[in-house]
Amino acid sequence: MGTSPTGRWMLRAAALAAALSVSALTSASFAADPIKIGSVVSATGPAAFLGDPEARTLKLYVEELNKKGGLLGRPVELILYDDGGDANKARTFATRLVEDDKVVAVAGGTSTGGTMAMIPVFEDAKIPFVSFAGGIEIIDPVRAFVFKTPHTDKTACQKIFEDMKARGFTKVGLISGTDGFGKSMRAQCLKVVKDYNITIVADESYGATDSDMTPQLNKIKNTAGLQAVLNPGFGQGPAIVTRNYAQLGIAVPLYQSHGVASKSFIDLAGPAANGVRLPAPALLVADKLADGDPQKPVVAAYKGSYEAATAQPVSTFGGYAFDGIQLVVQAIEKAKSADPQKIRDALEATKGYVGVTGIYTMSPTDHLGLGTDSFRMLEIKNGDWALAPAAK
Amino acid sequence: MLVALLRSRLAALLLLAAIMALFPLIAPSAFYLRVAALVWIFALAALGLTILMGYAGQVSLGHAGFLGLGAYGVAIGPAHLGLPPLLSLVLAAALAGLIAYLVGRPILRLKGYYLAIATLGFGMILALVFNSESAVTGGPDGMAVARMTVLGWRITGALNWYWVSAGALLVGAWLALNLQASPSGRALRALHDSEVAAAGVGVNVAAKKLSAFVIGAVYAAFAGGLLASLNGLITPEASSFMQSIELVAMVIIGGLGSVFGAVVGAAFLVVLPQALTAFQEYEQAVLGLLIMVFMIFLPDGIVPTIRRWLLERLS
Amino acid sequence: MAEFLQLVFSGLTVGAVYALVALGFTLIYNASDVINFAQGDFVMIGGMGTVFLTAAGLALPVAAFIAIVAAVMVGLALHRFAIQPARGASPVALIMITIGASIFIRGVAQIVFDKQFHSLPAFSGSDPIHLGGATILPQSLWVMGGALVVVAGLYAFLEHTLLGKAVLATAANRLAARLVGINVTVILALAFGVSAAIGAVAGILVTPITLTRFDVGTLFALKGFAAAMLGGMGNPLGAVVGGLLIGLLETFGAGYLSSTYKDAVAFVAILLVLLFMPRGLFGGRSVERV
Repeated sequence: MGTSPTGRWMLRAAALAAALSVSALTSASFAADPIKIGSVVSATGPAAFLGDPEARTLKLYVEELNKKGGLLGRPVELILYDDGGDANKARTFATRLVEDDKVVAVAGGTSTGGTMAMIPVFEDAKIPFVSFAGGIEIIDPVRAFVFKTPHTDKTACQKIFEDMKARGFTKVGLISGTDGFGKSMRAQCLKVVKDYNITIVADESYGATDSDMTPQLNKIKNTAGLQAVLNPGFGQGPAIVTRNYAQLGIAVPLYQSHGVASKSFIDLAGPAANGVRLPAPALLVADKLADGDPQKPVVAAYKGSYEAATAQPVSTFGGYAFDGIQLVVQAIEKAKSADPQKIRDALEATKGYVGVTGIYTMSPTDHLGLGTDSFRMLEIKNGDWALAPAAK
Repeated sequence: MLVALLRSRLAALLLLAAIMALFPLIAPSAFYLRVAALVWIFALAALGLTILMGYAGQVSLGHAGFLGLGAYGVAIGPAHLGLPPLLSLVLAAALAGLIAYLVGRPILRLKGYYLAIATLGFGMILALVFNSESAVTGGPDGMAVARMTVLGWRITGALNWYWVSAGALLVGAWLALNLQASPSGRALRALHDSEVAAAGVGVNVAAKKLSAFVIGAVYAAFAGGLLASLNGLITPEASSFMQSIELVAMVIIGGLGSVFGAVVGAAFLVVLPQALTAFQEYEQAVLGLLIMVFMIFLPDGIVPTIRRWLLERLS
Repeated sequence: MAEFLQLVFSGLTVGAVYALVALGFTLIYNASDVINFAQGDFVMIGGMGTVFLTAAGLALPVAAFIAIVAAVMVGLALHRFAIQPARGASPVALIMITIGASIFIRGVAQIVFDKQFHSLPAFSGSDPIHLGGATILPQSLWVMGGALVVVAGLYAFLEHTLLGKAVLATAANRLAARLVGINVTVILALAFGVSAAIGAVAGILVTPITLTRFDVGTLFALKGFAAAMLGGMGNPLGAVVGGLLIGLLETFGAGYLSSTYKDAVAFVAILLVLLFMPRGLFGGRSVERV
C-alpha cells in the first residue's frame, strides 16, 4: 500500500536529522572570527507583534553594519532565536547562547517574563544583556550585567501626569489591560499619582483579548467630576477602548500609554483616535522634529531604512531593538574589545548616546539612562502624530 | 532472549537509567544538560498523561493546568506561606491530585470526549486564575521561585538539575511500570479496550478512570514544580492551552501507554524548537502537521510501533 | 436602564458571532460526529483574508467573497486530507486531528499574513446610533442582521432543498442515508464547506468591531464550542441561543461583576453544562453515561 510503519518512522527520523544538520550548517556559515552577538525575541506567538519588528530591525541593522565593514575589522554574527512568547524556551535559548554559541553580548528579551527568566543565565555567565522589555524590575534593583532600552512605565506615568497637571486635571479615571504591561503600568501610576495632586476616581480593567469595553467605560463615564481618562495597556485593547470611548461620546480627554506608540494604533482606532494624547519617543514624529533636534538624523535614518526594507510602518518596539543593538555595538567600539566584561563597562559608561527612543546616559545606578525628557507628549491630529502643545 | 528483554519492564527501566547515566559524558556543554533536564521533566508530565490516555483511554486537554498547579505551588509556598520548597512541592502535588479527584468524579461518569472538553475548560480557567491573581501569582509576568533544597542541599547548576530530574523521572517510570503490571494496571488496560467488557468482569470502571486521572495530575504537578525550581521563575504560559496540547502531542508522538514513549515524545517536542532555529517561523505549522499525521497514520506512536515491529521480526 | 441596554447591545453583538461559530460546529457535528476545533480559524481566514485582499487593492465585497471562497477551500481540504483518511478513528482522535489542523492553519497564517492586528472599515460608517440612552454601532447591526440572514438561509437550505434534506438525513442515520443512495462523502464535504463559509462570514462582519489577527481563531472556537454545548450539541436552535446567551453572560459579568474573568464565563459554562445538564438547554444528541 505504502511504506510500512517502520519505513515511515525512518523517514521521519531522517527528516529530523536533516533539519538538525541544515541548522548546524547555516549557523556555521561565517568565516573570519566574527563577533557574536546573541538575541532571543518573541518573533512568533502572542507577543509576535512586538517581537517581529524587533527581529527584523536586528537583522537589518547587522546586515548594514557588516556591509560597512563590520566591527573592529571583524564581521558581526547575529545569533537570533525565537522563544515564541514562552519564558521557559527563552531561558533555554539563553543557556544555548552562553554555553553553545559563546556570544559576547546579548540584545533581546521581548517580554518582561522572558527577560526575567533569562537574566540569571547572563548574570552567572557575566555576559552583558540589553533588554527590550518594559518592566521596571529589570533594572530596579540594578544588576551589573543587565540594561534595558525602553522607558519604564513609571516614567510614562510621570510624563502623563505632568501633562494632566498642566491642563488643570485633578480627578482622573483609569482603565487598564490585565496584560503584564497594563497591570504594571497601572501599579506604577497609582504609586506616583499623589505627586501631581491627582486623585484616581475610577479604576476599571479589561482582558487582553476582550473585544468590547463599553461596560467598563460606561461606569467610568458616569463617575462624578471626571476630568480625564488614562488607558495603560498595549495591543488591540487600547484601540478598542478608544473606539468605544468615542462611541459612548465621553467628552473628557483620553490619554494612552507608550505601549501603543505605533501607526497601527491610529489605523486600528480610526477617527476615534483624534484628540488622544500619549507619551512617545521621537521616532513617531520623525518628520515633525525641529531641524536642530539631535534625535532627528538618527530617527530619520532608522525610519527610512526600516520602512524601505519591510514595507511596514516603523514601530517603537523595533526602535527599542535598534537602540539596544546600537548600544552594544557602540560599547564594543568604545571598549575596542569584544571582551564581555569590557563591553559591560563601556555600556555602563554610555553618555549622551542619541538613539531613536531617547538620549541615553547610563550610570552605575541607572541602567536605563532615560528620563521624562526623552518622551515627547504627542496628540493625534487628522489621523497622524503631532507634537502636543507644550505644557504651560 | 531479545524478545524477553523487549517485554521486560526491568530491562526498560535499566535502559533508561543507562541512557541517563551516559548522557552527561557525551554532552558538549551545560546547554545540552539543560535540554536533557527539560526532557526528563516533561517526560514525567507526559508519563502521567500517558497513563491516563494509554492505559485508561481518556484524554485531558487541560493537563498543563496541573503542571501549573505544581509550579505555582512551589513558588507560592515559600514566598507567601513561608513553607520549605520541597514540602511545598509535595503539598502542591497533593492539591493537584485532590482537585483532579473532585473534578474527575462527576465528569468521568460521562463517556467519550466529554472529559476532554471538561479538562479543556478547567485548564483554561486555571490559566486565567494564574494570570489574573497578581497579588498571589505575580500576574502575567510571573513570579520568582525560591531555590529547591533537599535535606539542606541547595540544588543549583545544570549538572545537579540533570541528576535531580533524571532521578525523578526514573522513580516515576518505575512506579508507572509497576502499575502497568499490577492488577490495577491490567484493569486500566481492560478499560481502554472495552469499558463494557471490563465492567462485565467486575472492574469498577469509574473508580479506575478516576485513579488514572488523579495519578496523571500528580505526575504533572511534580513535573511543574521541578520546572519552576529549575528555572527559578514561573509564568502563566506553563499552564496555557498550547502547553496542554504539547503534552498531548508528546504522548501521541511517543506512543500511548508506553513509558519510553513518553520520553521519546518529550524529547521530540523539547528538541524541536532547538532544531528548527533557522526555520522557527514554521514551528507551529510543523507541530500542527505532526499531530495530524501521527493521529491519522500512526496513532500508536513511535515506540509501540517500533516495539511491535521488533517483536514481529524476532518471533 | 441605559447601562443595562448598553450591555444588552454589546452582548448580542458578540453573541451573534459566537452563535455563527456554534452553528458551524453543529453542522459538522451533525453530519459527521466530529467536533471541529478549527472552526474558529475559518473566522480568522475570513477576517484576515479580507484585510489583506483589500490592502492589495480589491474592493471590499470582492475581497470578502474571495476570502470566503478561500475559507471554504480550507474547509474542504480539512475534510479531504485530515478527516476522511481518519475514518473510523475514535471521537477523541478526531478532536486531536482538528486541534492539529487548527494549529497548522494558525502556523501557516502567521507566515502568509503577518503578526499584527488588523481592522476593516465599518460597512456603513462608525457614527453610533442612540437608542434608549445607550449607543449601538451600525456595524453591530450588520453583525446581528448578517447572523439572522445566515441562520434563516441555513434553515431554508436544510428544510426546503433536496440537498439540505440529504444533509439532515445523513445526520439522522448515516447508514440509512447511504442505503437510499445519498453520497455521504459529498454531504460531509458540503457540511465542512458550508461551516467554513459561515465562519468566514462571521469573521468579515465582526472584524470592524473586534479587530483580527492570525491567532484569534482559538478563542472563538472555544467560546463557540461552549455555546454549542450550552444549547445542546447538535441542535441548531440551541447553537444560536447558546451563542447569544454566552455573549450576554460575558458582557453582564464584565459589567456587573468583574471584568477580569470575562473569558472564564464560557469555560465555567462548559463545566456547569457537563455537570448538571449534559444535554444542554435544548437537548442535543444523547450523551452516554457510565
